[in-house]
This record gives sequence, structure tokens and C-alpha cells, in this order.
Amino acid sequence: MSSEPATVEAAAPSYSLGAVARRRFEALKAGDVGTLPIIIGLILIVAFFYSKNSNYLSAGNFTNLMTQMAGVTTIAIGVVFVLLLGEIDLSIAYVSGIAGIVVAELQIPDSSWEVKGVVAIGIAVSITALIGGLQGSFVAFVGIPSFVVTLAGLLFWQGVILYVIGDAGVIIIEDTTINNVANYFFTDKAGFAIAAVAVALLAAATLAGVVSRRRHGIRTDNLVLVIAKLALIAGVLFGAVIWANKERGFPLAFLLVIIFLVFWTWVAERTTFGRHVYAVGGNAEAARRAGINVKRIQVQVFMISGLMAGFGGVIFAARLNSVDLNAGGGTLLLDAISAAVIGGTSLFGGRGRVISALMGALVISTVANGIDLLGYSSAIKYMVTGLILLAAVTLDAVSRRRLAQAGR
Amino acid sequence: MTSAPAESTPIPTAPTTPTLEARGVSKSFGSVDALIDVDFEVRTGEVMALVGDNGAGKSTLIKCIAGIHPLDGGEILFDGQKTSIHGPKDAVKLGIEVVYQDLALCDNLDVVQNMYLGREVRDFIGRLKEAPMEAQTADTLKSLRVTTISSIRQQVASLSGGQRQSVAIGRAVMWNSRVVILDEPTAALGVAQTEQVLALVRRLAEQGLAVVLISHNLHDIFEVADRITVLRLGRNVTIYDRRTTSQETVVHAITAGVPTKVAGITAE
Repeated sequence: MSSEPATVEAAAPSYSLGAVARRRFEALKAGDVGTLPIIIGLILIVAFFYSKNSNYLSAGNFTNLMTQMAGVTTIAIGVVFVLLLGEIDLSIAYVSGIAGIVVAELQIPDSSWEVKGVVAIGIAVSITALIGGLQGSFVAFVGIPSFVVTLAGLLFWQGVILYVIGDAGVIIIEDTTINNVANYFFTDKAGFAIAAVAVALLAAATLAGVVSRRRHGIRTDNLVLVIAKLALIAGVLFGAVIWANKERGFPLAFLLVIIFLVFWTWVAERTTFGRHVYAVGGNAEAARRAGINVKRIQVQVFMISGLMAGFGGVIFAARLNSVDLNAGGGTLLLDAISAAVIGGTSLFGGRGRVISALMGALVISTVANGIDLLGYSSAIKYMVTGLILLAAVTLDAVSRRRLAQAGR
Repeated sequence: MTSAPAESTPIPTAPTTPTLEARGVSKSFGSVDALIDVDFEVRTGEVMALVGDNGAGKSTLIKCIAGIHPLDGGEILFDGQKTSIHGPKDAVKLGIEVVYQDLALCDNLDVVQNMYLGREVRDFIGRLKEAPMEAQTADTLKSLRVTTISSIRQQVASLSGGQRQSVAIGRAVMWNSRVVILDEPTAALGVAQTEQVLALVRRLAEQGLAVVLISHNLHDIFEVADRITVLRLGRNVTIYDRRTTSQETVVHAITAGVPTKVAGITAE
């Protein structure tokens, strides 16, 4: 690396645009590609399908896409945390199915255990969080590899789903609160109001950060870039609302996804807990010597995985207005893990961001949606998704190697 | 440099209380006796080298002091007071910091994040306060005259070996620590980087810390240490004053020294 004289001095106002560009370019050369490949990939995917079928970018298909990907994105957020730790959770899909069954059972009208929809959802995700915590305890305290523990979980919870639904084959969900999770669309005005509030909150948080850095005499990021980034996010958000409003409106399910993303990004990047998750994933022994309770972090992360799988399961159940024998089955597990990995979270632990759940899910969903729209078979869909996954993992491995070399 | 005792005998007697003292420490792993009745001490403002061949028990002794291994026998005194260290946190609370051979840095975190790992500054709802952490990191590195790191927000993975060692040492001294233990700090470094790190070690002692330096490299030790404790096969050989001994004498003690209990440290 460079041996420039010290720039650790404080009290500089902000980085110049040139300095930012240089630093970004250096990082790129060193193998830190960030979200660049995924954004380029997304643009290519959208351009390809749009050229084949102009309906691809229609407002109807857009709102469809948003509700389609909500469940997978939610589950993938939990996967990101597990991967950050350098572990894996194979049980998430069927655990999400368990959440679906619990809400469905708890809303059965006139049954002795019927509860309000919101309560049912709360109980369901609490149960899946506990399931995650239980599996995490085997990893942390007994020392069984997470692959094996959660593989056992995959089999066990699939068995539970078959056992519970077995005779009926399907449980219909009639509770409107639950069904609204995936089937409610905001009115035009409400959509704009939500976007406005979100942008205002983001701007306030950004401003607070800049002020705090100024007060401690540390360089702030380039203000032009900060404002540009804010404007971009505002543009995307309002654009999405405007586009969705041409059809059914902005879906509640996607608002939930955004809330999950913001909350868990905050946890991962702004709290001690999140910092420790990265530390354990990067070097568990170093984390232990620094006084971090590694076992507790492991259990907590598996609880997050179970919790988010639960929310994802509720979204899926609500979307179908029912749960059946296929709950949590199909390609859900692989889609959720692929989403996190394609989005840029490393399988080797310690590297990745919560937003990669959305990025990866966007790639998978846009491809799946496009292939469905063009009428190709799912054979093609699987092959293409497989190739994208391989490309993403290759990119990760290569960038890791370059980063390690850059240090020597 | 100030308070290092100036006796010319290889067995200095103690005019002041050692900052850290281990008395009669024993530790075994199964049937292997790693430490047998070992004494050790270090005082404020001195660099105490700890040497010995592989398997002499240096790392085990350090891990006992740092609370990673529980003691099988003996006791540890801090400022002359008997203390019990039951885990790394107890050692840290006393002001004992260890910089491990394998660095114990997280490659995927940046310099500031590593400096504060496990001791992050946060507000009442657990939010990290990045700005003060960044400012304090810059100050600490500046006070140690670590000037080669271009950005303290870059990942540790992208630093050179000497820079990483500087970060690890910087982390150890940022916490009002009293005793800093360095395990082979120059093992993986080139010539220029070794010089940098040794200068840093010297500076720590000048700033009033008690420094323990573990090394295989006698050249390094004769450059910075005030006294030299020799271990062999898990027992004490002796303590030398660096100014009145030669490398040959120390080598002989490491390879063929007669393990003896050193008189004068154990105040029975």
C-alpha cells in the first residue's frame, strides 16, 4: 500500500471529490468491488428483458415483483447475519413454513385458541426466533457445525409441517389482518406520505452524523456526494411510489421489507452487537480475546435468522391466503441463501451488508419474473440463477484473494 | 529508562514494588508440566524481556497472567497486592494488556473498529459513537508517532505487517493500561519495520508503562530491554541486567541453563 505521510490528522473539513474518487479507485484495484457488479448486473438484466418484452417494466409487473420478492428478501436478511458470522442456516425455509402454520392455526375462526391477527403473527415469529436460538445453542455450546445442526432442523421442521397439515392438506387463512400483510396496497397519498417521511428521516440521520463528526473535528464525507446519495435514494423511493401508484399502489409488504432493511442495517452497522458480529465472523479468536462473548453472539444471530424466517413465512402465507404441504418447500431455501450471496455477502464470514439481501433478491426475482413473462420453462430459470450464483461467489473469492495480497 | 534497577549482579534485588509479579506459578496440561514454580516480575518504566527456547513456557506464563489459562498453583501480585485473575476481563481491569503473536486483529474491520473492539464507545441505547472513537484513535496513533497509516478508516487487511503491529500495540496502550505484554512483536517483520516497532516498544516504557517483551531475537532484546528473564523447560533460569551481560551468556542460559529458583524475588 501507499506510504504517504500521515493523513490521520483531525479537523479537516471534508474530503475533496478527487480524494473520494481516488480512494474508491484504490479500493476497487485492491479487490473491494462493493455493490458495483450487482448494479451493473441488474441494469443488464432489466435491459435484456425489457428489450424482449416491454411489459416487463409495466407498473402492474412492478408491483407484482415487489410483493413477489418481499418474502425472500425478509428471510435473506436473516441469512446475511448468519453468513456474516461465517455460519450457515439450512433450516430457514421450513422454519418460515412453521411460522405460516402457526399464524394459520391461531386464526382458525371459532377455535378455542383463536387470537387476533397481530397477536398470531407475534406468537409465530417468537416461536421461530426460539427455534433459531435453540439451533444456535447447539452450534455455540455443543460445538456442532451449523451445517449439520440446521440440516437436522431442515428435516425436522419439514416433518413437523407434514405432520400438522397432513390430513387437511391446507389451512385457509381468513383473518384480514394477516392477509393484508401481503395483499394491502397503500392509497396514492399514503404512498407519497410514506416516501416523504422516509426521506426526511434519512436526511435527519445523515445531518446528525455530519454534525457529530464536525464537532469531534473529524473529516466528513464529501458533502456534495452525501447530498447526491440522499437525492438518489429519494429519487428511487418516490419513483417506485409513482410507478406503483399507476397500478394497485405501494404494497405494505414492501414497506415492511424497507423497515426490516433499515432496522437491521442500523443494528449491523451502528450498534455494538453488529460490530461484534462482524468481529466474530472476521476472526473469532481475536473477538474472544477482546472480551466479546462469542457464544452469545452466535445464539443471538441464529435467533435473528429464525425471527426473519418467521416474518418471511407470514408474508408467504398471507400472499397465498393459506398454508399447505408445500410451505417452506421448493427453492425457497436456496433462493434466500443465494440472494444474500449474490448481493455480496461473503460465505467466508465477516464481509457483507444487510442491503445485499435486497440486492440479491432483486437479481433473483427480476430474472425469475422475466423468464416467467417470456414464457420460458423453470428449467431455464434454474440454470440462469445457478450461473449468476456461481459468478457472485467467484467474484467474492477473487476479491478476497486480491484484498489479502494488497496487505502484503 | 528511568526506574530500571542498575545492579550489576545478574540477580537484582527489589528496591521498589514491581507493578506485576508472579510468584511460584505452576501450570500443567494433562501430564505436561508447562510451568513449574515460576517467578516473574516487571516494573514501571522498564522493558522486561522474557526469553527461552520453544516450549520453555513463555506463552503459557503470559496466558496465565492474561487470564486465558487458570493457574494451577502460585499467585499473581499487582502493585504488591495479591489479585485473582479469572478471565481476560479481570486482567484488562487491572490494566494488563497483551499484544499476541498472531495479532488478534480482525482483518475485515478498519483501524478504528479494531482499536475499540470489545470496548466500543456507545450511548444509552447501544449506538456506537463513531466520531469520538475515530478522533481518539487518531490521537493515540499520533502520540505513538505511528505515521505510516494513510487512513484509519481502511481495513486492517490492507495494512503492512509493521502497521498491523502498530495498531495492535496502539490498541493495548489506549486504555490507561499499566502493563503491556508483547508476544513476538517483530517475528514476521522486515528490517525497517522491526526498527519501527522496537522504537515503539521503547517509547511505551518511556511513557511509564511496564513492558514485557517476548522474543526469540536476542538482537532485538539487547536493543530495547532493561532486564532479561530466562525460562527453560518451564522453570526459571535467572534474570540478567542487559547492560552487564552478553548475548553469549543469555544464549547459554536459554540452551543449557540450570533451572533454579531465583532467590530475591520470592519474598517468603
